[in-house]
Amino acid sequence: MRRGASLLTAENVAFVVFLAYLLVYPSTTDEFSIGNTAYFMAISLMALSLALIWGKAGILSFGQTAFFGIGGYVYGIYTLNVLGSGATWIGILVGVLAGGIVAATLGYFMFYGGVNDVFVGLTTLALTLVLQTFMAQTAGPEWAVGEARLNGYNGMYVPQISIGDAALYGKPLYFLYLAILIGVYLLLRWLSGSRWGYGLVALQENRTRTETFGYNVRFMQVQVFCLAGCIAALSGVLYASWGSYIDPSSMGLTAAITPVIYVAIGGRRSLTAAMISSMILLQLSQSLASSAPEYALVIFGVLALLAVLFVPEGFMAALFSAIDRALFKRSRPDRGVGTGDVTPGTPRVS
Amino acid sequence: MVTLTPSIPEEPVPDGVFNALYQFQVSFSFLLLSAIGLAVIFGMMGVINLAHGEFMMLGAYITTIVATHGVPLVVAVLMAALGVGAFGAIVEILVVRRLYGRLLDSVAATWAVGLILSQGMLILTGPSMQGISSPFGSFAVGQTSYSWYRVALGIIAVILLALLYLLFMKTKFGLRSRATIQNPSIAQALGVNTAGMYTMTFALGSALAGLAGGLFAPTATIVPFFGTNYIVEAFVTVIVGGANALLGTPIAAAFLGAINAALGTQYGLYIGRVGLLLTTIIIIRVLPDGISGLLERWRMRPSGARSRK
Repeated sequence: MRRGASLLTAENVAFVVFLAYLLVYPSTTDEFSIGNTAYFMAISLMALSLALIWGKAGILSFGQTAFFGIGGYVYGIYTLNVLGSGATWIGILVGVLAGGIVAATLGYFMFYGGVNDVFVGLTTLALTLVLQTFMAQTAGPEWAVGEARLNGYNGMYVPQISIGDAALYGKPLYFLYLAILIGVYLLLRWLSGSRWGYGLVALQENRTRTETFGYNVRFMQVQVFCLAGCIAALSGVLYASWGSYIDPSSMGLTAAITPVIYVAIGGRRSLTAAMISSMILLQLSQSLASSAPEYALVIFGVLALLAVLFVPEGFMAALFSAIDRALFKRSRPDRGVGTGDVTPGTPRVS
Repeated sequence: MVTLTPSIPEEPVPDGVFNALYQFQVSFSFLLLSAIGLAVIFGMMGVINLAHGEFMMLGAYITTIVATHGVPLVVAVLMAALGVGAFGAIVEILVVRRLYGRLLDSVAATWAVGLILSQGMLILTGPSMQGISSPFGSFAVGQTSYSWYRVALGIIAVILLALLYLLFMKTKFGLRSRATIQNPSIAQALGVNTAGMYTMTFALGSALAGLAGGLFAPTATIVPFFGTNYIVEAFVTVIVGGANALLGTPIAAAFLGAINAALGTQYGLYIGRVGLLLTTIIIIRVLPDGISGLLERWRMRPSGARSRK
């Protein structure tokens, strides 16, 4: 959102329509669909987290689900052990902080070690798979933190977010989740328009050059990795408290690839496209899931492959720029930069 | 999955030593076989094939299906390697080749291929398949029984390394591939078909994945998510080993195998895995290019610091 640039873009119009729809939606439908959409909003935070780290900073983290799981489990462990009104709200913070701390620590080891590109993807993916195998073997009664039994693959019971003694559900929960999703989205939009956000774009294009301009590239990478970890953890907290439940498969391979697929199909460089398309794809996946869940994943895999091969900016983001060109008679000023290839040492512009 | 037999503390010393050696060679061969195909592709192209686990799964399925029809296991495993190698060549030509210079995109694309493969296999064959039993039987040292097949895997791993060494150091293909790794543009100017080299390397790496899958098939249950049992081990071995598949991968497999065997025997498989990951995270802080990066720096150190061999 640079100064002087018009706010009238397809992306912004789409966001306003999306927001208006979600505000009106609860009064048009039943309790079940409201709860369901709240679940979609919790998961869509993962898409925002990945769009930030991959689309804005050029770091492809394959294991955002690690922070998702840490958030969910830590929230559960905290709220099961600390009772009393308001505990669940502090639990949200604790869960998010836990994800952020793990992300910052891992980010320190990776980025200050000079690890980049595919190795970041491998390390994060290894982290999430190891966490999954670790949590999977916690079925026995000896695996408990205070009151919280981890329960292995049977999953852990997680208290719901509550005000006083009353658990939130239905419309209040829906609007809480909506407020959080939109809040995170707006925060990220604001951040990507800031000096720091432009720095991220610069380091995606060329790290060495960005460093020579006086940016502390490694510190910025740790910062953005930590922020994305916090958002993924928030997603995990909201998911766990929504279903009163979390299990190790939330950190498994299929869970890890899903946000990557959503963001690749929608458009990783556009927060709006990533968020909206993940909501649509979640809905689609659920309507297919009742008949054939494995077909949904094959279809999404094919769509993601087609997107990467033929529409690298993502289907929805490409649609946005096409509408911009057709209706508003302008090409987006920030298009035309590279397609996210970060081969080190390759100068992009002469 | 590697099953680790817990050692009995009161055992006489020779058994303990044998047990430790056995566990080490099992860990080493599983790590090496899982990682070598991934490392060959990464060393040449910089691409991490995230469908690696699914390629192993394909190898396991081909081996199992062929072997249950009465074909000898050796032939079945070789057919798996050939079949998955051919499939890898197709994936390279249709997908990876179109994404040169877009490293992260090509990695994400191979992941999508992997998802399609595992979910497609689930649709085609259902959640599991009748496996084949492990050949050669077992032998006992002291109280503990050991599998001959797992010993054979260690020997196969070493033979495979020797064959790869000959392939890369003594053949025309090896010469061209090393030239391509060092400088693709100059290699191309000198008449090396670099695109062909990439396709062949990707096929070779895929064939090695298929071979590993086929070799592991008798030791595991045959499920569409077969590959996920090995990819963590493959990833950490490649990360620690670095870009040189012939040098870095075996050293990394030996180093990580020792850690995995020690922790695994003592505390169980899961802690062994956690130990592998933590070791890897510490190693990347010190050696971002892995062991082969370290060896490369040591080799390229200013002459005079130490007498050259």
